[in-house]
Amino acid sequence: MGKIYDMLVIGGGPGGYTAALYGARAGLSVLVIEKLSAGGQMATTEQVENYPGFDEPIDGFELGERMQRGAERFGAESLLATVTEASLEGPVKRVTTDEGVVEGRTVVLATGASPRPLGVPEEQALVGRGMAYCAACDGMFYKGRTVCVVGGGNTAVGDALLLAKLCEKVYLIHRRDTLRASKVYEKSLQAAENLEIVWDSRVTRLLHAERVTGVQVENVKTGAVRSIACDGVFAAVGRVPDTALLASQVALDEQGYLIADETTRTSVAGVFAVGDVRTKAVRQIVTAASDGAVAAHFAEEYLNSIT
Amino acid sequence: MAMLHITKENYQELVEQSAQPVLLEFWAPWCTYCRRIAGVVAKLPEAYAGRAAVAQVNIDEQPELAQRFSVDTIPSLILVKNGAAGEKLVAPGSKADIDAWMQAQSV
Repeated sequence: MGKIYDMLVIGGGPGGYTAALYGARAGLSVLVIEKLSAGGQMATTEQVENYPGFDEPIDGFELGERMQRGAERFGAESLLATVTEASLEGPVKRVTTDEGVVEGRTVVLATGASPRPLGVPEEQALVGRGMAYCAACDGMFYKGRTVCVVGGGNTAVGDALLLAKLCEKVYLIHRRDTLRASKVYEKSLQAAENLEIVWDSRVTRLLHAERVTGVQVENVKTGAVRSIACDGVFAAVGRVPDTALLASQVALDEQGYLIADETTRTSVAGVFAVGDVRTKAVRQIVTAASDGAVAAHFAEEYLNSIT
Repeated sequence: MAMLHITKENYQELVEQSAQPVLLEFWAPWCTYCRRIAGVVAKLPEAYAGRAAVAQVNIDEQPELAQRFSVDTIPSLILVKNGAAGEKLVAPGSKADIDAWMQAQSV
């Protein structure tokens, strides 16, 4: 067995790398375990415009890499690996990855969240054959075609407007009779002539041959069922926290988020939760980063209390 | 093992006639998720040395190949064995996901 780190950070998004930065600057030995690339969800956002300190939009991927380098500059280490098991109780926590086992005296959980699936039959099998979750990534493939966007929040409306610029026709399918999206979108929505909102409706089935050919939607008020022909379906129905591995060890709320207050302390001593995976009101890059700084403070306090 | 770069001109030689299976990653420079996975993909040629060749296809430069494999989401990974394509893997979340998918195809 190798060394025991003062702090293991699971997840290399803004919360994780800020915890690493503050931890390393406080003299702790820190290892960040990341399965893909620094930045987390932020890394797929090309223009970040609400992180302070940048007077022009910054690329989320680049911001992630900068956060990584910023933490590594003070000695934090990074491991590109997937966590398969975590044993969080006791003074030494053990994290098993596909690249080996690592140990630490504290663990910062910064696993983030991922797009929520629609939850309709055959959805998984149709990913890459018309079922998609990122309009900015996959919208180009639907140039001049017809697509459905599912959801009613800012992501759904933003996606629908982006696709309306590329596609022949866009249906925005929402289960309520009003959008949750911010008012800033109202004008653009009215101006987009090829965008039609399908109110009070939920998708019950994906229609397909080899590829998606349409959706079946049910009106939740009348029960009426109709089919809408389309070439692609973009889901924007929120996110799910990545806590599957942790469910039996750390207290979660009803939606699966890790329960931790503003100290970021979880139900397990020496284990902290930061960023989108924590129960909180506002999920932003800056609040994730803020959590990271707080977690490093309380991790240090915890380490002092056990030695 | 180095990363191969496939075009419609070298496809026949490097993929179709390859003695070992070839893992193709379809990507484009503007694809944000492709950048996220780039660090993992860069490790694959070494990780699969002796078992599979690893190659990238830029869909902007090679639209015919993208169409031929019905790629409509990137990154998409496809394993070609003896000229035949297996199940697509779209936007894997980790190297572990790729390893499991390769294992399911006996590589």
